[in-house]
Amino acid sequence: MKPTSHHFKENAARALTDVQLQRALGNIGEGFVNKRASARDALPEFDALRDRAKAIKDHTIEHLDLYLEEYERKVTEAGGQVHWAATAKDANEIITWICRDAAALSVTKGKSMVAEEIGLNEALEGAGLEVVETDLGEYIIQNRHEPPSHIIAPAVHLNKDQVIADFRAKHTHLPADRQLDEPSALVGEARSVLREKFLRAEVGITGANFLVAETGSSVIVTNEGNGDLTQLLPRVHIVVTSIEKLVPTLEDMNTLLRVLARSATGQDITAYTTLSTGARRRGDPDGPEQFHVVLVDNGRTDMLGTVFQDMLRCIRCGACLNHCPIYNAVGGHAYGWVYPGPMGAVLTPSLIGVQEAGHLPNASTFCGRCEEVCPVRIPLPKMMRHWREREYDAGGTGLLPRIALKSWAFFARHPRLYRLFAGPAIAALARLGGKRGRLSWLPLAGGWTAHRDLPAPSGQTFQARWRAHQRAQRKRRVRGKR
Amino acid sequence: MTTLDIGKTSRTVPESPHVALFATCLVDLFRPVVGFAAVKLLEEAGCRVEVPDAQTCCGQPAYNSGDRADASAIARKVIEAFEPYDFIVVPSGSCGGMLKKHYPVLFHDDPDMRLRAARFGAKTYELIAFLRDVMQIDVVNARHEGAVTYHDSCSSLRENGIKQQPRELLESVDGLELREAKDSEVCCGFGGLFSVKYPNISNSMVSDKVDRLTETGAPLVLSGDLGCLLNIAGKAAREGRPLEARHIAEVLADMTDEPPIAGARE
Ligand code: SF4
Repeated sequence: MKPTSHHFKENAARALTDVQLQRALGNIGEGFVNKRASARDALPEFDALRDRAKAIKDHTIEHLDLYLEEYERKVTEAGGQVHWAATAKDANEIITWICRDAAALSVTKGKSMVAEEIGLNEALEGAGLEVVETDLGEYIIQNRHEPPSHIIAPAVHLNKDQVIADFRAKHTHLPADRQLDEPSALVGEARSVLREKFLRAEVGITGANFLVAETGSSVIVTNEGNGDLTQLLPRVHIVVTSIEKLVPTLEDMNTLLRVLARSATGQDITAYTTLSTGARRRGDPDGPEQFHVVLVDNGRTDMLGTVFQDMLRCIRCGACLNHCPIYNAVGGHAYGWVYPGPMGAVLTPSLIGVQEAGHLPNASTFCGRCEEVCPVRIPLPKMMRHWREREYDAGGTGLLPRIALKSWAFFARHPRLYRLFAGPAIAALARLGGKRGRLSWLPLAGGWTAHRDLPAPSGQTFQARWRAHQRAQRKRRVRGKR
Repeated sequence: MTTLDIGKTSRTVPESPHVALFATCLVDLFRPVVGFAAVKLLEEAGCRVEVPDAQTCCGQPAYNSGDRADASAIARKVIEAFEPYDFIVVPSGSCGGMLKKHYPVLFHDDPDMRLRAARFGAKTYELIAFLRDVMQIDVVNARHEGAVTYHDSCSSLRENGIKQQPRELLESVDGLELREAKDSEVCCGFGGLFSVKYPNISNSMVSDKVDRLTETGAPLVLSGDLGCLLNIAGKAAREGRPLEARHIAEVLADMTDEPPIAGARE
């Protein structure tokens, strides 16, 4: 996917005036946010579970090399094969090669953010393969040739009527009187079309929510069951995922699944939780003949040992997106790459560079709600601040803001000078505010006053009034003594 | 004399603690009455209050813009000037959070300063939290006829753990009715320089906030952070909404003679 993160401002401006999008975004608060709140309230040990989840991820990432080796050994023992992909290009080449080897014409896919990250669909289509997304949300946006706008709800930027119209345009066999208003009707219709694709595909590609070192298993969670069909029916199953998805044991995976579902959708557990361990064994009723895992690095090992290591704990639950007021205002596409919202604001610069994605960590009020809900307690605002520091140190902050900041900091360090200048400046501003008590326009603050008034200062600084007040009191005391 | 837990150490609150008021630059420049209200509340709670000369701004603009060097230079100045007092009290959740939580972070390669910053942070409080949690005030001597709504600033809520304290104190104001707004935990879109750098996103957020606050039907919104209040009052004024804004300390100290924020003057 070609990033447009450096156009964040323009993207956001467009999003803010997009009526359809704004209507769709309005549902997030009511839906995800309330559901998470109820799930949290219903589970007294929720916060303790989050601590445990954080500890598990921290431990794994500290010893990532060991667990990766163990995982590879176990996958191989189970008749599977692990492929290491240092870059997106490597990953695409490996996957294309596996498909060619299987003489595949058609590929079904379960939802995978890593696949979006590496641009897998384009790569496979470029190699002449038909690629079909089987998750309803992914299916919808694939037909619209759009990237996902949310990491767990890829089509959350669309309204029902848009989706229905797209279905009618694509599924031309649909009679006009066929009702599609219910989500279940849409799922049903997608399923009927997908059924034939499932049966035809030679290769099924899924992501993984977690990889279990102890058993060499990978697990996917879905609510539609499409992942199961994607990985069970074709001859070849490819898991494409990234190295930080690892956990040591099945027990650990359980802990993480419990916080994942609650944080993401407010469910105790998702409808389908499916483990795959290796290829079909003799006597197995179903399963693929070949089982491949493509482990993508694509910049993650560079985060190890840096201030951004904590970000590798992320389990892609999407809670930080749902609770982010910026995400809720502009939607996921404005962020210009695969990972939106607060998690994207930290991860995207790590993966595609601060030159491209430097806007994202700046587009935050540091309200802290993302950190408050993150199930693995990633200090997202703190890490966005680290990005801002890097940007500032590299001279990326514009000249004018830099001069303004520097001068303010200079005065802040010199209280006497500060007072000398602040008094007259504030008095002038108060005069400008006049009797209205506010200013509708102010040079250099045009951004602020375009949308709201600037309340005028009272006229004298607190410090000046306080000193005067104290002098008056002292005088009164002296007079009292006389 | 009360003893309270601060982190893992416990601290004894002296009978009449010596408190330094850090007024914040926004109070200093835009709304001095908040400083006076804070002093009054603190004195009524039994504190000896001083306003040290060497104060300007807590350094947040630099810190949040990635200018760590300037931020730590400012922090050092503030710590030096305010260290001698029993407590440092700030009528702002956001500056309170900066002094309390972020100053220690600024000195990661200077163990001596880091320790001083941590000690300094441990005795720094946002005003309302200080009155409730440290001085254990539950009733203020104030009267305010009518309904008000309260805006939780993000830093009060998440960096200082302030949720109940302002509500408890407001309940004790004679004649006051408190009405809760929907989505009270959602940011108003101020975010310091954010509102200047991303004005139209900020506008969308503050529009929503003003809608929610107006829906309560209360003619007055109170908050502990002047930043949010300037933002909310500026938006309400621009749109001609029936919503006035004041810092919570003005009402608690019964000092509401000044026109509201962004309000017309005689
Ligand atoms: S950063 Fe935290 S809240 Fe956001 S997606 Fe990752 S795990 Fe979920």
